[in-house]
Amino acid sequence: MSEKNKNTQNPSSAPLTDWAAIDKLEAEVTTLPKRKKTGGMRLRRILGNTVGQTVLTILSIIWVIPLFYLLIQSFRKEPGAWSPTFFPQEWTLDNYKKLFFETEFPRWYGNTLLISIISCAITTAFVLMVSYAFSRMKFKARKPMMNIMLILGMFPGFMSMSAVYFLLKILLPDNYQSHLSLIIVYSAGAALSYYIAKGFFDTVPRALDDAARIDGANRFRTFYKIILPLSKPIIIYTILVSIVAPWCDYIFVSYIMSGVPDTGMYTVSLGMYKWLEREMIQQYFTTFCAAAVVVATPITALFMWLQKYYVQGVTGGAVKG
Amino acid sequence: MDLNYYRLTPWGKLLYKLKKLFGGIGRGFVGFWVRLGKAIAAFFTGIVKGIGDFFGGFASGSALTKTSYLIMGSSHVFRGQIVKGIIYFALEVLFVLYMLFFGGKYLAMFFENFFGGGNVGRVETHVSDVWNDELGEYVKVAGDNSFHIILYGILSLFVIIFFFMCYLSSVKESRLLEEICIIGRKPEGIKGDVKRLADKNFHLPLLSLPMVGLFMFTVIPLVTMILIAFTNYDANHEVPEHLFQWVGFKNFGELLDTSSSLGMTFWRVFGWTIIWAVCATFSNYFLGMALAILINKKGIRLKKLYRTLFVATIAVPQFVSLLIMSKMLDTGGGGLGSGGGIITQLIENIFGYHLQFGLDITTTRICIILVNMWIGVPYSMLMCSGILMNIPDDLYESARIDGARPFRQFRKITLPYMLFVTGPYLITQFIGNINNFNVIYLLSGGGPGDLMKYTDGAKGTDLLITWLYKLSLGIDRNYKLASVIGILVFVISAVFSLVIYNKSSAVKGEDNFQ
Repeated sequence: MSEKNKNTQNPSSAPLTDWAAIDKLEAEVTTLPKRKKTGGMRLRRILGNTVGQTVLTILSIIWVIPLFYLLIQSFRKEPGAWSPTFFPQEWTLDNYKKLFFETEFPRWYGNTLLISIISCAITTAFVLMVSYAFSRMKFKARKPMMNIMLILGMFPGFMSMSAVYFLLKILLPDNYQSHLSLIIVYSAGAALSYYIAKGFFDTVPRALDDAARIDGANRFRTFYKIILPLSKPIIIYTILVSIVAPWCDYIFVSYIMSGVPDTGMYTVSLGMYKWLEREMIQQYFTTFCAAAVVVATPITALFMWLQKYYVQGVTGGAVKG
Repeated sequence: MDLNYYRLTPWGKLLYKLKKLFGGIGRGFVGFWVRLGKAIAAFFTGIVKGIGDFFGGFASGSALTKTSYLIMGSSHVFRGQIVKGIIYFALEVLFVLYMLFFGGKYLAMFFENFFGGGNVGRVETHVSDVWNDELGEYVKVAGDNSFHIILYGILSLFVIIFFFMCYLSSVKESRLLEEICIIGRKPEGIKGDVKRLADKNFHLPLLSLPMVGLFMFTVIPLVTMILIAFTNYDANHEVPEHLFQWVGFKNFGELLDTSSSLGMTFWRVFGWTIIWAVCATFSNYFLGMALAILINKKGIRLKKLYRTLFVATIAVPQFVSLLIMSKMLDTGGGGLGSGGGIITQLIENIFGYHLQFGLDITTTRICIILVNMWIGVPYSMLMCSGILMNIPDDLYESARIDGARPFRQFRKITLPYMLFVTGPYLITQFIGNINNFNVIYLLSGGGPGDLMKYTDGAKGTDLLITWLYKLSLGIDRNYKLASVIGILVFVISAVFSLVIYNKSSAVKGEDNFQ
């Protein structure tokens, strides 16, 4: 094709530029296909959005259905573990009544609340103290200590549990299977999770410290008056994570409380786990669902409310390389 | 990365990257040992210097300084720092009393057979030949408690180290005091020290309490349990009735031995742990990312509602959502038509297939990974969407102008950016999944078992961590194996962290992100 063109066209006889033709061509090139393209793209975008919307709707339904199932099962009147239908045949509030007046659940709830508040206070204080020290203070053992703590964190936390159990037995000979033991277990090792809060303190400008020190404040005042008020996001994150931990923990509480004669000492997770054991489930399944709703509602609300800080904490910790 | 890289074929590129990764591991290991060696060398030169200073100070010091080498705080008291001197003296007295009446005995028994092997402790609980009329039996004599010997031995070792550090600082201070007195100045009182605690030495009050907690309830128990791995402490050597013995590396050999049934069990559990960790981490990560991209896409409506719905699943405590899931998947005990959980029934009604959750190992494993997605995808979605919003829009803009299709944009912009930023998150997730007790234990309890393939309490979907749990409690109590498994989990976590750490620090040098 190109060779043929070369042969037939005579450069000298043809006009140098055929502006009209070029304009026409240009118009064809720029307008026509473009209009077509935008039309196609719009169609594709609409199609893509519809597909995306549908996929999201289906996925979110799948994600929410088990929780919804839990909620409606707590209102089921028929006893037993399984029901052949998704929706209960008869609705009732009896499960909640039974939960609060016939079981030990209120005591478990109180226990867990107490343990979580105390251990959260200790954990938060410890984490903030350690991470501030590592972020701002200069001392000889700083680097080795941080490395050792990093290594300690790599051992599975449960591994040392039997030794902790023995230690508690020695330290609290009369009531080693107590809430005090659980508080100790949940909060004594808090220093190990200094990492995220330290990352946060590192981003607070050092100029603030310097300014305070020039004004005559000592380290303690700087920490207390300047840094802490600026650290609201990380304080909330630490509180959120540590207050939820005792509600979700099964492994430690089941070990500490194994073989306790008074089941009223349990926390909610242990007590509710026992309800699903083979001998209990027929009788207690719907009660379990009601209890789950009662436990999950405040935590979910708390989480939703403070979600922003949670994400900040998690991504802040993850982004640090 | 050199330019020749771009000439390679895709396979060549892969090979190049793999080579680089493993080279990185090699370099990482070498670097680690070099650093360790340097640290050890620095440590020993420090010690040698310290010993020199110590004896040099003794030789050149005055009589008062010399007494303070023996009686801590004496030089402080007579040179004007009375409170400090008394504290030092009290510390010494307490230490001596502790060692005399408590620590020394345990420390001696701890080290007695430590190297040669043999009993931990001297006397086993036994029946004496004294008759007790009231009980109608011979009097039982309580023997030594091997576990307490190890625990207190470790405690005493740490006490000695702590005391030694205090001793050194007291000696150093008394030499300084001597110099101050020679110049003719008055030594500073306790007030100055207290003032410094709120300022220059503020780390001491900040760290002391958390560190005491850490030492008492993490370090000492952990070291004790590590040592238990070198004993034969199990249900047959239960304290306080029996003594147990030091056995060296025997437990490690038995567990790793592929010819025994225990060894095979270990390797099976180990294999599943790794498969699980890989599947769980990557499925959650990529699906979470996909979901985040989908929700963040322009033109999608109700973004906030979707996000809230997904986040609801992470806000609900895991033990609730996992337990309800396990009951929804329950088989009801038998085959087709035996009812069971709502999902099992649903599948049965639609496909005529009875889900073998908790009955068949492979089915259970697949179900666990799927349920874990339900639990974990929103979590990584939440994280990814935060980071996605940080990717500069002009990157996409210029890619679009250059004619890159969405998939190409994803592969060339989104994915590298995400991997770069979330690299450390991936390691923590991976290690978290190796130790993911809740998902396995609350969903399947580790079951179903298979007696032909699994022994010592392990079952088909057990991870190392749930096996550890079962071994330290219940009928299969086998503390020594639990400790060995704990150590191996640590080794796995440490190796993976080291690899990824090297990898991500290598990435940092190469790319322009940041």
